[in-house]
Amino acid sequence: MNRTPYDGVVLAAPFSAPYERFSQKTAHWWLAKGLRGTLDAAGIRPGDLDGLSVSSFTLFPDTPVGLTQHLGLCLRWLDSIPMGGASGVVAARRAARAVQAGDADVVACVAGDMNRIDSFRRLLSAFSRFAMDAAYPYGYGGPNANFALLTDAYMSEYGATREDFGRIAVAQRENALRNPNALMKSPLSLEQYMNARPIADPLALFDCVMPCAGAEAFLVMREDEAVKRDLPFARLSGTIERHNAFAEDPVQLRGGWVMDRDELYGMAGCGPDDIDLLQTYDDYPVISMMQIEDLGFCAKGEGPDFVRRHDLTVTGDFPHNTSGGQLSVGQAGAAGGYLGLVEALRQVTGRAGPTQVAEARRALVSGFGMINYDRGVCTAAAILTGEA
Amino acid sequence: MALQPPKRKDPRRRSRVPTLPPATRSRAAIGLSVVAAEGRFALQHCAECGAVQYPPRDVCGACLGDTLVWRDTDTAATVLAETQVRASPDPYFRERLPWRMGSVKLAAGPVVLAHLAGGAGRGGDVRMELRLDRAGQGVMVALPQERSEGMEEDPALRAMGTQIKHRRILVSDARAPEARALVEGLLKAGAAHVYLGEPEAWLRWKGRAAFEAMQNVTLLPLDVTDVDSLKTLAAEIGGKVDILINTARFIRPGGVLGQDTVHAAREMEVNALGLIRLAQAFGPGMAARTADGVNSAAAFVTVLSAHALSPDPAFGAFNASQAAARSVAQTLRAEFASSGLRVACVYTGPVDDEWHQPLPPPKVSPRILARGVVEALERGLEDHFVGDVARDIAERWREDPGTLEREITGGGA
Repeated sequence: MNRTPYDGVVLAAPFSAPYERFSQKTAHWWLAKGLRGTLDAAGIRPGDLDGLSVSSFTLFPDTPVGLTQHLGLCLRWLDSIPMGGASGVVAARRAARAVQAGDADVVACVAGDMNRIDSFRRLLSAFSRFAMDAAYPYGYGGPNANFALLTDAYMSEYGATREDFGRIAVAQRENALRNPNALMKSPLSLEQYMNARPIADPLALFDCVMPCAGAEAFLVMREDEAVKRDLPFARLSGTIERHNAFAEDPVQLRGGWVMDRDELYGMAGCGPDDIDLLQTYDDYPVISMMQIEDLGFCAKGEGPDFVRRHDLTVTGDFPHNTSGGQLSVGQAGAAGGYLGLVEALRQVTGRAGPTQVAEARRALVSGFGMINYDRGVCTAAAILTGEA
Repeated sequence: MALQPPKRKDPRRRSRVPTLPPATRSRAAIGLSVVAAEGRFALQHCAECGAVQYPPRDVCGACLGDTLVWRDTDTAATVLAETQVRASPDPYFRERLPWRMGSVKLAAGPVVLAHLAGGAGRGGDVRMELRLDRAGQGVMVALPQERSEGMEEDPALRAMGTQIKHRRILVSDARAPEARALVEGLLKAGAAHVYLGEPEAWLRWKGRAAFEAMQNVTLLPLDVTDVDSLKTLAAEIGGKVDILINTARFIRPGGVLGQDTVHAAREMEVNALGLIRLAQAFGPGMAARTADGVNSAAAFVTVLSAHALSPDPAFGAFNASQAAARSVAQTLRAEFASSGLRVACVYTGPVDDEWHQPLPPPKVSPRILARGVVEALERGLEDHFVGDVARDIAERWREDPGTLEREITGGGA
């Protein structure tokens, strides 16, 4: 059965609350910051909002229900997306259907997390049952150790080198230097990348994201509503979502995107060549390389060659993670799953400022989430199209 | 490089405070610790479709069947990927970096994350073991298929284990039938020194001369029924006992309907209360030294009759003391858990000694029992059943304690 297009629904009002490495502020504060930012951008008062989608790891003991009372919101549609790096795309596609069906007029999609001293360790220790039972007792390297194993397997399978991953990290740092909100503010050379402090072999410092506090947000509404409010907007041309794909693969060398990418491009009526910029979920460079392959920009195993042949910066021939990505902006918990989507929304509406890619009209945003045990379980992707 | 003997301890420096690896587990994952405690490699198998599960589950990940049975499983495996963790927010691992771990594909199906030890690495065929870590939880360890000399000296295995090499060991009763073979076995395994407790030291006894002639063995007065003797000895050597092996036991045949409780009282005094007194005298000192380098305190071991699980009426009063001692050991296990000091019970069937003389075989020779104690320490076991009788009792007890009781006591045909 053909999927119904997201006709008449748009995304608008992207907002990023500037990140902080450590902050005493709570998840409630950050989510409110994100919500207020996106509502202000659209000129909507909190009392007029009727839909909310929330992603956060550190709201405990509250849930998004508690948040409605804390923030004084009266909603007729409320969603909670606990999918980490896939949260942004999944929130958008859920909210789009709600708006399309008339269950809500405007849905604010918000992600945010706090980061106090030691809160990352505490968050890890209660992340998932499989991780608690079968991952942490083995050196407690956290996600670094998981991705060290994936990177090790990928390198031995496809002949990738550390320099190949370094190219991704170095290009993102170059992009980040244009972004005043990025936490990483000094240039990064390939040599610095190669000589960095080892974290979990073969990963070193610049393969890893820096946990921080922050929030990201955007609105989903009917196109006529956006026009009425004179808001720049993007259409959701296609989306996909998949959980626990290829469970039989002994090591994760591919993600669920492979299962669904034909549907994604089919729905959007375009192919990889028509994409002006790509936002991958970059908790580690190997995962970005995997997304470049699995979303069809090159064949499996050709990722290393692809990054050697392309310029991944804002002004390059393959603009990738234009804000600097999590590797250079920071990983604000669940907001990391929104970072690419919010940046893509700015790009295709021509509002990206210093990181703006020339003539960016169609962006592909990809999400990857939740290292439940030995691999990321959730994958998602969306194609955002701006006005011609 | 071979593991070097520890340098003399500088008394001005603080002993490293014990930390533990993450200890929290789901109820299903506790099953890994249960089998690791006995040195078995068992995983959940689905009773409906046979799929082997890992990590432990509540329902089958292949067919949603809800009957998962722990079964001994093929230990063959291949290492798919490896890493050395060089940064960790966890205090225990932070003190021990870098830490080698990897992703390992079991021949039985699942992929497991495991400690890599003894040189196991990517692409290699390995053999899996479930061992107890310092938190007392069962963990996956990938080892080379062939045991190699010095393999147990791997820092990861040493950190989780109770290996004998370079450790100083107190054996509580030199007159136990297995004492001679045990001391020889400990020295052969590389014990730095063996302190040998001698109750009623004023009595002359056969066998003393053999110990006197041994290098690195010291006989010291020790009576587990005498608090003063324990205090004196603990004051003298308590700070350098890395492993304590309790071999003191008093045994007399007979049920409980005898004329008096003289023997029963003595059995309780030596076998159950003696264990408590030993633990009170030496336990706190040992628990404070479980992170003290190469010769850190590692294990508190006691020898028990397998009839601690279910009594043989022919030794009824003795078996009551054994059940009591087992219960004491289980409490000690809980009390020492926060320090990482392992409490091991080595269970034996009837030992081939004077008190079991009229019994038919199979009986456990003192030499086999001694070997069992050494093995329990080298493999880091918590419950070790030595000899056919003990293994048989354990298996039947796990299956159905009620049936076992009736079979032993003659209630069954």
